[in-house]
Amino acid sequence: MARGANLMNLRDSRPMSHQGLEAENLQLWRGERHVLRGVGFSVERGSCLHVTGANGAGKTSLLRAACGLLHPESGRLLWNGQDVAADPPAFHASLLYIGHEAPLKADLSALENLRYWIGMRRRVSASALGAALQRVGAAAWSDRPARTLSAGQKRRVALAALSLALVPLWLLDEPTTNLDGEGQRLVGSLIEEQLTRGGLVLAATHHELPVAPARVRRLELTLG
Amino acid sequence: MAELPQSALAAAPASLDTGGSAGEGTPVLAAARLVLLRDLTLAFRRSGQLVQPLAFFAIVTMLFPLAISPELARLREVAAGVLWVAALLASLLALEFLFRDDAYDGTLEQYALSGQPLTGLMFAKTAAHWLLTGLPLALIAPLAALSLGAPPAAIPGILASLVVGTVALSLIGSIGAALTLGIRRGGVLLALLTLPLSLPVLIFGARASELAIRGESIVAPLELLGALAVLGITLAPLASAAAVRISLE
Amino acid sequence: MNWTWLHRFGSPPHMYRLAQRLTPWFAWAAALLILAALYGGLVSAPPDYQQGEGFRMIYVHAPTAWMSLMVYTTMAFAAAVGLIWRMKVAHAAAAACAPIGASFTFAALVTGSLYGEPMWGTWWEWDPRLTSELILFFLYLGYMGLRGAIEDTQRADRTSAVLAVVGVVNVPIIHYSVTWWNSLHQAPSVMQLGKPKLAGSMLWPLLAMLLAFTLLFVALLLVRLRAEILARERNASWLQEELAA
Repeated sequence: MARGANLMNLRDSRPMSHQGLEAENLQLWRGERHVLRGVGFSVERGSCLHVTGANGAGKTSLLRAACGLLHPESGRLLWNGQDVAADPPAFHASLLYIGHEAPLKADLSALENLRYWIGMRRRVSASALGAALQRVGAAAWSDRPARTLSAGQKRRVALAALSLALVPLWLLDEPTTNLDGEGQRLVGSLIEEQLTRGGLVLAATHHELPVAPARVRRLELTLG
Repeated sequence: MAELPQSALAAAPASLDTGGSAGEGTPVLAAARLVLLRDLTLAFRRSGQLVQPLAFFAIVTMLFPLAISPELARLREVAAGVLWVAALLASLLALEFLFRDDAYDGTLEQYALSGQPLTGLMFAKTAAHWLLTGLPLALIAPLAALSLGAPPAAIPGILASLVVGTVALSLIGSIGAALTLGIRRGGVLLALLTLPLSLPVLIFGARASELAIRGESIVAPLELLGALAVLGITLAPLASAAAVRISLE
Repeated sequence: MNWTWLHRFGSPPHMYRLAQRLTPWFAWAAALLILAALYGGLVSAPPDYQQGEGFRMIYVHAPTAWMSLMVYTTMAFAAAVGLIWRMKVAHAAAAACAPIGASFTFAALVTGSLYGEPMWGTWWEWDPRLTSELILFFLYLGYMGLRGAIEDTQRADRTSAVLAVVGVVNVPIIHYSVTWWNSLHQAPSVMQLGKPKLAGSMLWPLLAMLLAFTLLFVALLLVRLRAEILARERNASWLQEELAA
């Protein structure tokens, strides 16, 4: 049961075609629970939305609704001014969603996992893969099967995927989980680069985001 | 081809095309091919598991002589039926491998969010599954048939009927597997859902094998089997994709 | 054209009240018509020259078989509507249909066995119609089993809806394949539960019973639909007010 504290509703002053992601009055039930009660937000290019709240407040549900996995009872989702429901595949091609667990196949190496994961979306060269893995500090263990990796290492592989996908919208659920200090700084710099490029980030976490506060807006979900 | 050398990562394109993913998007056939290759690669890394449905098939076939009679003449009369029941049950068991792992580790979710038509990806997964379980089953079936008293001249007919039949069974089975995703201990339910839908395949396939054993032409039932397989190819991935999306909600 | 009247069918409160008002009409009409059809079938129709009194079972068997198929089709239609337009009431209707259809199917199997026994000498034969009914029974059980296995109502609705649509596409295929199978192994002496050739005074009780069962189905559906809506909407405010009044 969450009500959105809609702090950033610029509906009145926005231009004709809003560049970015908007949600209007999302109502979502999970079974009997009214998880999202009229949540709305507006995120423009170059900004980051930090979705926060206590456990069970609906952060993950909001993120999954925002990328189209969950279907709200009512409300709309707009991407660049267009209703997402009109062309879901085009919307999905513009985003990368990473949930609590990095979606890695246990029997494939980090390198192979990335090659398949990103390769399904865009052509990616071996050198690009290698560079991305190096950036996240995975070069030394990138060819071991993923089941031998620690949770933090898997999360680093997911971060490498972010830098490879080249999509404007990132939806991240608990991006700093399992990462050490250096890893968290890495998350921060990846997000900041994405924002500089004109991309958007929606991050759900009850921690603080390692990003300069000036570029981050908060959306707090509350129970009840 | 878009490349990201390390030094350029920090100075990546000044702005992203917010209308879609930057760089060349992968065409759906290439994506489907990747899905197929990934599944085949993964299966061969656990090659021990590939043998299990085949071993099950062999054991079930063996049950009938023990339960009925060792006389080949008697076994020959029921050979076609036994072969097909065993193949059906073995393919049911093999269905567990189709979606289970992908559902658990989040791969299915990424497929649904990849921007590629999920129907095409489901078809690729089912094709991989057939190559790994259905086709091998069809290839060892003639051996089982011989052990049940079928004449060697029947082998091409039996092979043909099972190759086409297992295609249809994999497709129909993929629907059941997608519907029972995430249901704890859903194996029996999977069987209960899939078996009635597979009955036409059983009927035509067993008839084709029976005619093969008798030395007659199998064209009529084989054509019907082929029609079922084609119907399955067109409709089953649609249903599986719908069921997978629902399971992700 | 004003489509609001159609949209009202998607509203749980509206359907709840509508079902309440309509049920008695259908129930009474069904009861009267069943009595009339029974009279026609058991009393006024003459005994068959070949099968004697036993053929009267057809007056129950054929309508139940027909209903078992009609209910499945209705169920699949409701499920498809719920799937495409995301209507909760449609899903509730599909859920309500399933046990009714399964019961008709079971009745068709039992009456079919009773009908055939005098002819066959056994209580069961792999007659194509009876075999098709048996498979249909398993399709119903599978649908209800799938619903029961998924806890979340919305997911159960949508998953079983896909199954219902797949099933309804398969039913003609299954029927064709079973008929084909049976024709291969036709022993010339076995009598089949084909369409009975009836005329005149022997025919009208059959049609009357069919209509009666259809009315009965609607009555039962309305009752079950109300129960489904009650269960699904138990926390909704409109229901609290309704029950308090």
